Amino acid sequence: MVVIALMCLFLALTTDTFFTLVNLFDLLNISAVNVIFAAGLLVVLIAGGIDISFAVAASVVQYLTALTVGHLGGGNWAVGFLVAGFYGFALGAVNATLIWRFRIISIVVTIATFNLFFGALMFFTQGVSIYDLPDWWLDRIILFEFDTANGFAELTLPVAVMAAVVFATWFLIRRTTLGRQLYAMGDNMEGARRIGINIAGMHYLAYGWMGVMAGIAGLMQAHYAQEVVPNAMYGRELEVLAAVVLGGARLGGGRGTLLGAFLGVMLVAITQNGLNLLGVSPYAFKMIVGAVILVAITLSGSGVGNLLAGAMGRDKRRAVAT
Amino acid sequence: MLLELRNVSKVFGGVRALQSVSFDVAPGEVLCLAGENGCGKSTLIKIISGVYRPEPGAEMLFDGKPMEGLTPGMARSLGIQVIWQDLALFPEMTVAENIAFERNLGGRPRLVDYGAMRKIAAEMLERLGVGIDLDTPVRELSIAQRQIVAICRALIAETRLVFMDEPTASLSQSETDALLAIVRRLSADGIAVVFVSHRLAEVLEVCSRVTVLRDGRYVGTFPTEGMTQTRLTELMTGQTFDQDVRAADRTANPVVLEVEGLTRRGDYQDVSLTVRRGEVVGITGRLGAGRTELALSLFGMTRPDAGTIKLNGQPLRLRSNRDAIDAGIAYVSEDRLSLGLVQPQSIADNTVIPVLDRLLGPARLLSERKKSTLVGEWIKRLAVKIGRPEDPVNTLSGGNQQRIVLAKWLATEPKVLILDSPTVGVDVGARAGIFAIVHKLAEEGMAILLISDEIPEVYFNCDRILHMRDGRLIDEYLPGTVPMGRIESQVHA
Repeated sequence: MVVIALMCLFLALTTDTFFTLVNLFDLLNISAVNVIFAAGLLVVLIAGGIDISFAVAASVVQYLTALTVGHLGGGNWAVGFLVAGFYGFALGAVNATLIWRFRIISIVVTIATFNLFFGALMFFTQGVSIYDLPDWWLDRIILFEFDTANGFAELTLPVAVMAAVVFATWFLIRRTTLGRQLYAMGDNMEGARRIGINIAGMHYLAYGWMGVMAGIAGLMQAHYAQEVVPNAMYGRELEVLAAVVLGGARLGGGRGTLLGAFLGVMLVAITQNGLNLLGVSPYAFKMIVGAVILVAITLSGSGVGNLLAGAMGRDKRRAVAT
Repeated sequence: MLLELRNVSKVFGGVRALQSVSFDVAPGEVLCLAGENGCGKSTLIKIISGVYRPEPGAEMLFDGKPMEGLTPGMARSLGIQVIWQDLALFPEMTVAENIAFERNLGGRPRLVDYGAMRKIAAEMLERLGVGIDLDTPVRELSIAQRQIVAICRALIAETRLVFMDEPTASLSQSETDALLAIVRRLSADGIAVVFVSHRLAEVLEVCSRVTVLRDGRYVGTFPTEGMTQTRLTELMTGQTFDQDVRAADRTANPVVLEVEGLTRRGDYQDVSLTVRRGEVVGITGRLGAGRTELALSLFGMTRPDAGTIKLNGQPLRLRSNRDAIDAGIAYVSEDRLSLGLVQPQSIADNTVIPVLDRLLGPARLLSERKKSTLVGEWIKRLAVKIGRPEDPVNTLSGGNQQRIVLAKWLATEPKVLILDSPTVGVDVGARAGIFAIVHKLAEEGMAILLISDEIPEVYFNCDRILHMRDGRLIDEYLPGTVPMGRIESQVHA
């Protein structure tokens, strides 16, 4: 939070374009897809798992959705969301089945399915992109626009979808009994089993939710990019993962908030945006983003919290002794 | 009778864990289930709570009605609750949500009612007469408070029988007293409590009857009135133990460890003590008195702000525990499971960790031959019961794990050995074995500092007892010249 505020202040003072409505709205438009991914990944992290395969799964969903709506004779947004959500859920369910049924740890499973999904996609598509998507999918939808001195400031469809998805995820994890069971499972798996939580169901819920989010994010990314390219989202998984962890979600489960995940994604986006506005070479981006993530994690509340936990660790370890 | 079991047996892959055991509990009774580790206590609890099925032929009645095909869910709905030793709480969640988590379960998914959960939790805490902030995450609570949260959770349902598995294992005396008061309160409300504990004093204090198991067999059920700790130990182990005060005057021996004016702000102040060759000095006091903090400084893990540490008259500057090990100081931590042993590694590897540099062969590579010689020697000297040295260390019982930790530090050939609560989670028979080793080491000339909050332990095994409170050494007692009861009342005053 503090880090973001400081960075915004710095950018507002050093560039004359950062603190404009145009730029801020652009930041939201650009980040919407990653925030949708982050919402799904947060649920998986809270449940004590991890998912590496979601970004390539989103690419797979894009192709399958394009093919399916083609078969259905065009379709529309409603059909698109249903179809993308369905395929996303199916891919998530594959992960859940492998993790739960075969008791393989999630990082291993999802690294494998990451390769499996991406490899299959490249093989079957031969790396060919799709440009002739239906009109409803490509037509830009502007929800909101302002004429400002710096040009048109506009909010587009992905931002509205992002808002809806964030709200739905918040509702799931904070307000429903299912969400609390997810937290409990991530917090103490054995405790959750003993108290009678349906562990299998929770796995399908977490990875299924992640899958649906990946499907929707894929739909939005294609809408934004105006094309479906097989490797368009390859590599996003680590970017989103870093952002969500930066936002305070704990690897290992039980802790994490949507506000944190959202701010984490925004911090990464603002960094890139700021570098752009400052005229830094794009080749330096990754390096600087990495450094910012390290600094922010060290300075942020969770970093300080971890240090404190280390100092008081003796008490905690006493709990597991004997 | 509330619960009646006859002829309960359980076989795991050919091993008889339980052999026609009988067990019964009256409504509102506080009963102790006693026995050494591996005697079948946990198996019995798991059968009663529906986790395991007994072998055919068992008779199990609850309220006079047979319990057949018992599942964990059925056991819970009958009002049987188990508070496991590891508590099964959710550390990231608040106290309220942990206590009332049941509200999040069962039926169809619905909205969370945080208000109702807080209300239930507040009522439960009030019923036990305990004040804990409802919104604190459980990870920030002390072990004693977590224990209470776990009890509250178990009482949410219409509970009639509660099993408590080693509830006092990591509590200090005053916290234990508070817990025992709660147990009595439950019993007064008509809830039967079955208590599993290694601490015989509190067993005799709080329970009306004690059921003893040994090697999976039923030894008997005895009224606690007229029962002594010694008698109970004999029933549990099948051996007789004689306890004598070991204390002797060793002022003629040269001083090995000399500490003067040692201070570390916030942890301990102005600590001065000596330990002589062949002497066992006990440090006792309540949890949080600064005993472990002092030990960590003597072992070089933390830096004191002021004061000196001398070993055989030479001042020591300990910048790290490596310095302490090189100087000849060994520290056996209180928490051997997470700090003392590398759990999945083998017994042999665990034993040689601190002395790897002494096991180098030609070409400075680790010599397997030297390693197995050293491991073999210590396993023999400490009489550790193991399968093979290559077995993972976590396959051993608590007492044997403790011996491996000892072996590991003794392999460094220390002049000073600091033992921090060496018998936590170790059963009675194995305790005697560990102290026999301690006495032998002292005889051989080692200077030993024994930290423990169990007064009998320091009373019978030390030459002198130092009493620590709020970071200061406030008194010194010589066992044999002062009755044990007086030390106990001083420490717990």
